[in-house]
Amino acid sequence: MSIVKYNNNSISDVTSGASLSSGAMTLIKTLTASSSSSLSFVDGSSDVVLDNTYPIYLFKIINCHPASNDISFQFQGSTDTGSSYGVTITSSHFRATHGEDGSSGALAYITAGDLAQSTSYQLLGGSIGSDADQSVSAELIVFNPSSTTFVKHFMANVQSIAHSNRSNNQYPAGYFNTTSAVDAFNFKFSSGNIDSGTIKLYGIKDS
Amino acid sequence: MSLKFANNNSLSAIDTKPSGLSGGALTLLSTQTASSSATISFTSDIDSTYKEYQFHFIDIHPATDGSQFQINFRDGGTDYDATKTTTFFQAYHQESGGASGIQYATGLDLAQSTSFQNITGDLGNQNDECGSGIVHLFDPSSTTFVKHFTTTEIAQQNNEQAVSVFTAGYCNVTAAIDAVQFKMSSGNIDSGTIKMYGVS
Repeated sequence: MSIVKYNNNSISDVTSGASLSSGAMTLIKTLTASSSSSLSFVDGSSDVVLDNTYPIYLFKIINCHPASNDISFQFQGSTDTGSSYGVTITSSHFRATHGEDGSSGALAYITAGDLAQSTSYQLLGGSIGSDADQSVSAELIVFNPSSTTFVKHFMANVQSIAHSNRSNNQYPAGYFNTTSAVDAFNFKFSSGNIDSGTIKLYGIKDS
Repeated sequence: MSLKFANNNSLSAIDTKPSGLSGGALTLLSTQTASSSATISFTSDIDSTYKEYQFHFIDIHPATDGSQFQINFRDGGTDYDATKTTTFFQAYHQESGGASGIQYATGLDLAQSTSFQNITGDLGNQNDECGSGIVHLFDPSSTTFVKHFTTTEIAQQNNEQAVSVFTAGYCNVTAAIDAVQFKMSSGNIDSGTIKMYGVS
């Protein structure tokens, strides 16, 4: 084994350290949209891991900006490594909303945002505006997508600015009603491209 | 520069992580501990280094009974007065098993306001009462988009009930947010800890 030497207060050429904690949350992949029709994370492709390596996967959606006005941001899963996206979902959806003009501060169940044994895309954030400063940011957690025993639960906290200049804070949650492993996820707007934005995928360890 | 020596199979006094090692996604940037503090401010390290910052507030105990824990953002200059539009809702349950429910709290949200945003309900100041939660701030250094944030919190309130508060919204500015301040709506933060993390 070659000797590892010190280098200006850092250590170079070290690629492993068994006694060093690397943290419970590991960044797996970052995708950046640039007039993209959708962004996909597929197990085994482009360094993406979506298998039993982690029991929990976390997506961070940061400032996704739509090319089209008044559209929804949405996602779906795949059981065939991204060949198709249309897993059966049952979900719930509620939203807090408040206008910049002070109008209609309210908390309500959103029937247009839930699914009942549907293979449609799950709405994450709705009515998003395409003004230059408008976007959606969110956290989406998927539990144990590689299970071949249980359904696959997900839940999200989605914050966006609507085309009508409202703050929308949306909480979709539900499950992929399948015992097949879900091994890919696709994100897109209901119409038009993702003009810009970043989505990060993390794995969270259980020990 | 002094040499760094190996110490019992570990390494001491090394302040930079080797580039080949994957670190944790949460990087602790700062910890501040309240001690009869009027405010707690994070004035450095909020920049383009991270796309998301998290503030974990732990056991915030107010000096004044019934006061609320609040947040505001600095968008240049020295004042914490970024214009915000927000939502606020809460779930509650009394210790007696009496009242419970979930409700939107009109009047605790903001509409294009520079005021501080409440991120808790009415905190109690009995010795064992406090509030804890997490603030997510997305892409604060962007000069293109509004700055989204979300908060979740749980507290034992001054009227003997568990209250979980959900606040979210955006700083409706395209200037970068470069500092964040916390305070009570009345009186000091008697005690508590706030940690700021960068999410890589």
